[in-house]
Amino acid sequence: MKIKSVHILFMVVTFASYSCKKDNYKEPAAQLSGALQYKGENIGVERNQVPFQIYQYGFGKVGAINGTFEQDGTYGSLLFSGSYKFLIPSGQGPFIWKELAPGVPDSIAITMTGSQTLNIEVTPYYMIRNATISGGSGKVTAVFKAEKIITDANAKDIERVSLYINAGQFVGQDNIAVVNLAGADITDPNNISLQVAVPSITPAQSFVYARVGLKIANVEDMIFTPVQKVQY
Amino acid sequence: MKKIFLPTILSFLLAFAGCKKDSDFLNIPPIQVVPSDVAFSDPALVLSILGDLYNRELDFSSLDGYLQDPNDGNSGIAGWRTFADFGESFPSESGSYFIVQNRNWAYNSWWTWDYAYIRDLNLFMQRDSAATKLTAGDKARFFAEARFLRASYYFAMVKRMGGVPLILTPLEYDYKGNVSSLQFPRAKESEIYDFIISEAEAVKDVLPKDATIKSRATKGAALALEARAALYAGSIAKYGATTPQVSLPGGEVGIPAARATGYYTTALNAAQQIINGEAGAYALYRFSPDLSDNFAAIFTDKSGGNTESIYIEDFKAGAGKVHGFTTNDQPYSFSDEGGDAGRLNPSLNLVESFEMLDNTYAPIPTTDGGGNPIYYNNPLDIFAGRDARLAGTVMLPGSRFKAQQVDIWAGYQLADGSIVTSDEAGNLKTLPGGSAPVQVVGKDGPVNGLEYRTQSGFYVRKWLDPTVGSGRRGRGSDVPFIRYRFGEVLLNAAEAAFELGQPDVAAGYMNQVRARAGLTVPLTQAQITFDRIVHERRVELAFEGHILFDMKRWRIATNVWDGQVMTKADLLSNIGVAKKRNTQPWGLWPYKVYDPGHPNDGKWIFKETLPAAVTGFDLFRLGNYYSAINDNILAANPKLVKQPNQ
Repeated sequence: MKIKSVHILFMVVTFASYSCKKDNYKEPAAQLSGALQYKGENIGVERNQVPFQIYQYGFGKVGAINGTFEQDGTYGSLLFSGSYKFLIPSGQGPFIWKELAPGVPDSIAITMTGSQTLNIEVTPYYMIRNATISGGSGKVTAVFKAEKIITDANAKDIERVSLYINAGQFVGQDNIAVVNLAGADITDPNNISLQVAVPSITPAQSFVYARVGLKIANVEDMIFTPVQKVQY
Repeated sequence: MKKIFLPTILSFLLAFAGCKKDSDFLNIPPIQVVPSDVAFSDPALVLSILGDLYNRELDFSSLDGYLQDPNDGNSGIAGWRTFADFGESFPSESGSYFIVQNRNWAYNSWWTWDYAYIRDLNLFMQRDSAATKLTAGDKARFFAEARFLRASYYFAMVKRMGGVPLILTPLEYDYKGNVSSLQFPRAKESEIYDFIISEAEAVKDVLPKDATIKSRATKGAALALEARAALYAGSIAKYGATTPQVSLPGGEVGIPAARATGYYTTALNAAQQIINGEAGAYALYRFSPDLSDNFAAIFTDKSGGNTESIYIEDFKAGAGKVHGFTTNDQPYSFSDEGGDAGRLNPSLNLVESFEMLDNTYAPIPTTDGGGNPIYYNNPLDIFAGRDARLAGTVMLPGSRFKAQQVDIWAGYQLADGSIVTSDEAGNLKTLPGGSAPVQVVGKDGPVNGLEYRTQSGFYVRKWLDPTVGSGRRGRGSDVPFIRYRFGEVLLNAAEAAFELGQPDVAAGYMNQVRARAGLTVPLTQAQITFDRIVHERRVELAFEGHILFDMKRWRIATNVWDGQVMTKADLLSNIGVAKKRNTQPWGLWPYKVYDPGHPNDGKWIFKETLPAAVTGFDLFRLGNYYSAINDNILAANPKLVKQPNQ
């Protein structure tokens, strides 16, 4: 049998009328959003590397709704109305997340009745302050201060600081060039300077995206400054 | 007469058939199910049940792959792919490029949780113990084999998951609605290792002491399992201290550092029992004068005379149990199955880590001190003077397989440095000054994006079957997968001895393995370092399913796969260093020089090349050290704790 346009028309009509059926459930519509913050300032992290988990109460099986923070520290999730808890798994993130017992992270109770903004206040090990990133003559330079926030028994050293540049807006592991400075080589944490040469980019562009990351010893995730577009 | 004969007979028959009692009529033994008391009355039947249990053993790298992954119902993973990844190879198949394009391994990578298998093993043991018609000798051997298999699977689990519930009896549900009696918490990681060690000790003298039995459990297999498990436990105890985050307060993950010495001692003792011949006549395989061929033959020689292999997964051509490893990985140009070839391409990262014969490390010399290319008369010359295991593991450009030469070259380089190449060997081009079109790229690659041909410049040789017809899909290959072999036992002993502060003993064992590879200058005890141990295992045991677990137990996986781009400088430096970055598989592409009249015309140059499909870089996160337990299992059993850092 040859496929004629009448057959195609028939199929289209069939499919179209099937899709007219109503869904059983309305799609989730309540937007939960916010950002990782320390005293009102967003904490930048690596894209897709710092996870969070949202659990909804009241259903048989226990499983998390998983998500990850964006590189500027924001997050978002579309949920149904109901009560939830929000947590960050143990050992994740460049900050201390309170634990009820070792390995059991504390959680934040959330009641969703409509969209809401919930900023997650955490205490990072370090903050990168006063970062200025500038470009010129084929190089990108960053000057910043690494402020130690946690100074008690939980304090950790800086493993390294890194200046990342990329042709696109995701900067971190995605990069075209990086320069590292080991923590032991930092002479003055209040005034750290890094410089990286921009390699040739195809197709050519006159700008790169750059940001500074700080790796804390024995902590997996790095802390970052906001991404900046730099002309060089 | 005739008229009534037939009806009479019929009615008689019906009447008598109807006389049978109801209970007799319904109570007939099933003809398609063998009841367990019957099955366990005949050793041949028991062996067939045990054969199924052997078949279900889990290997990380498996020549026939996973036809049906019991965990996720995945339709299957091809055998060759279980050997790929980790920067050691490039996957030359469009559907598998994700291996080199992904950035992370998912937290549930490599996980296993096959308690159905554990239950079947426990049931087997229960029924075997209850059997009355088997001889005591058969009964004991079957029982010991099942214990060995159970210990092996717990080892497979603990390597991936850490401590898991230790279930040693078949559990029964009472259908009363309460399942809490079937929910067990995770045992400590150390308890699982202790269990494996004690099981191996318990069964080793029940199992036959016979080095010619390869595919069933023997004393040698039990001791090899014990040595490897104890070594793993010892290194987790010792090196786990460097990653304190990778532990759980209940000990489900992580082993106290104080126990390291005990485990290393157990490992050394078990390995030495094999080395000293207490388990049978095992020895390093040394039959061929060509050391590379000899090394490759370890993996293809199925005769009882292969003294190296201790415990294997066997295959048999023409009998239904074969694998497609050779079909998938044979060189393209003389593939037995046109177009089905060349998937697993060893990386330059691995190739350059094979030492020079004077025990030094050196990159493959492509350029001289001034950065000018070095010209070679023969493509094999660039690999001269190296560890014989290189050519035994990797098929190098210009080498031979099945009496044919592989044709690996990326194009012609002209005098002005420009390259003449093509995207397909069949496309001919006329060279400048030439008269007729000629082939300008090797029939076996490399061309970026051209699957089934090498894209790294190498093919794999280990496990590749030289038998005629072994590359055909229909026939397949019956080269066995060696799970334990004497060479590894020596390296286990060397590592355990080194960690116990006996570098002289360690050097002795390591030098045996190295001498077999042509490295005849012995290492002194001062030269035995952690880096040496790591390096030796990497080259000796490449493509044998060790690299991931080795890097995990030494807790250096996060250094080796650190999520950074691997530059050419990274590639060429720090060869032989344990924590060397290995995030992207590089290739080495040969070029022919075309410069008529010049002395270099027709010679070969080489260039380190990152295959274009490699856009990702491996990032091993702390949460990857132990694979995630899936949410269904966690939800079904609230006593389970989650893995750290996930």
